[in-house]
Amino acid sequence: MILEIKEKIIERTLLLVAFSSISILALIAFFIFGEGLPFIWKIGPIDFLFGKRWVPSQHEFGILPMIVGSFWVTLGALLLGIPLGLACAIFLCEWTPRSAAMVLRPAIQLLAAIPSVIYGFWGLVVLIPLVRNYLGGPGLSILSGSVILGFMILPTIISISEDSLRALPPSYKAGALALGATHWQTIWRVLIPAARSGVVASIILGMGRALGETMAMIMILGNAVKMPSSFLDSARTLTTNIGIEMGYASGDHRHALFATGVILFFIVMILNSSAIVLSRRRVD
Amino acid sequence: MKIYLWWFFSILLIFSQVVGCQRSGAGITVAGSTSVEPFAGLLAEEYMLHHPPSHIYVQGGGSTAGIEAVRSHAAHIGMSSRSLMGTEKSLHAVIIAKDAIAIIVHPKNRLEGLSLVRVREVFSGKIRNWKELGGHDHPIILVTREEGSGTREAFQKLVMGEEEISLEALVQDSNGAIRQVVAGDPHAVGYISLGLVNEKVKALKISGAEPSVKSIESGRYHLVRPFLFVFNSEPTGEAKAFLDFVMSPEAQRLLSKEGLVSILSKSSGG
Repeated sequence: MILEIKEKIIERTLLLVAFSSISILALIAFFIFGEGLPFIWKIGPIDFLFGKRWVPSQHEFGILPMIVGSFWVTLGALLLGIPLGLACAIFLCEWTPRSAAMVLRPAIQLLAAIPSVIYGFWGLVVLIPLVRNYLGGPGLSILSGSVILGFMILPTIISISEDSLRALPPSYKAGALALGATHWQTIWRVLIPAARSGVVASIILGMGRALGETMAMIMILGNAVKMPSSFLDSARTLTTNIGIEMGYASGDHRHALFATGVILFFIVMILNSSAIVLSRRRVD
Repeated sequence: MKIYLWWFFSILLIFSQVVGCQRSGAGITVAGSTSVEPFAGLLAEEYMLHHPPSHIYVQGGGSTAGIEAVRSHAAHIGMSSRSLMGTEKSLHAVIIAKDAIAIIVHPKNRLEGLSLVRVREVFSGKIRNWKELGGHDHPIILVTREEGSGTREAFQKLVMGEEEISLEALVQDSNGAIRQVVAGDPHAVGYISLGLVNEKVKALKISGAEPSVKSIESGRYHLVRPFLFVFNSEPTGEAKAFLDFVMSPEAQRLLSKEGLVSILSKSSGG
């Protein structure tokens, strides 16, 4: 009897704890939308989303340069992260001898554990002078940011793609090999297509991470508020816009930063739900 | 048994934090402008040395954040590198020192000085190549502070006037970050607090006036702004004691040694 009561208490407590974490999410959403949405209404969604000038001191709040900046940086990160990550996942699944995997896997996990400020600092000290000296421009650029972000999203892409490759029934591989396909043909024509949903989900989650990264990007992108015209140009992303200006912002400026958060919230929500939908869809 | 032990430890943890909070309540918190922060930190150390039991916590966050913190009683003293605006004017502000803004370039840059008008033209994007200023042939990389920063606001008022700082400019969110970028890029130009200029960057003469405490005191160098301590009302207790220390000749000497312009020298030198 007492045991039963105890079970009930524990059950209820856990329920409460679980709900409290969700309620915090709700609170955050409520707060951001409460602060940001009225402002977007006030200045007009079109002017806010497609305005090319962001000059808070003159009451101009257009975040198109930031949306474009986020897009380019994320695209660059994916261009680097997808081939590298996928290659690494395939190698880990199919070829790696156990001894190499024992080094590789913890190393990749470590890559995920490095704080982003360290990535940023490394980029600032090592990567940026290289870009400036050999390619020109200020060095603080979309290219540098993309390279750093590409490495930062590797662990996400590798681990989820690897998991989905491993989750395939062994009969797929055995069947393909038995039909006379080479190992590479089996991987490229059978395994990857079969694990496609997982791979796509990993890419979308990596994209979410790239979009959300702030600290390293503040240090590396240069944060100029203009439409980037090349990969060697400085840019500002939606997250760095909030990060760099929140310390001094007040009044409408502050609301505009929350409004930037609203847009970011929408983009990330769309990305994450599509990742969930895609990873749920099982291949038959 | 294990569970009880676990509970015990978690309760212990909670209590230790509560006790910790109470202890930190004994000191005062100074928060705000990242330009003032290093100097306030220095003064706080000096003050704590002379007044052992008291503790002064110095935090950055920005002028506006500091003023907000004072209003919401999260901090006892706010640091601001800009004058109070709008509703903030109801607060009690004290000028603790004046700071000059230095225009900095890479030490390898051949340029030694610029007129104020040229600086304005550079930062508004009208002059885009060092060649036009008698320097090397390379596009100028502008580095500026973010919107809302006290230093940027002072620069806008003192240098730019009605002109807008070019949107092409790189934006960094602290004096240190601007110094880092300029120190690393031979083609960059930026502006930071004079007290934070070090050997890795070169401060330009403005309209012939050396950026130094001496030429500021003699009124030849014009890019000067106030550093404020902001209070909710007339300061009392520990906050008052700290303010008194900051205004003392000893502390003011320390500040001028660090590159700020002491309020004492201002009153004597006019």
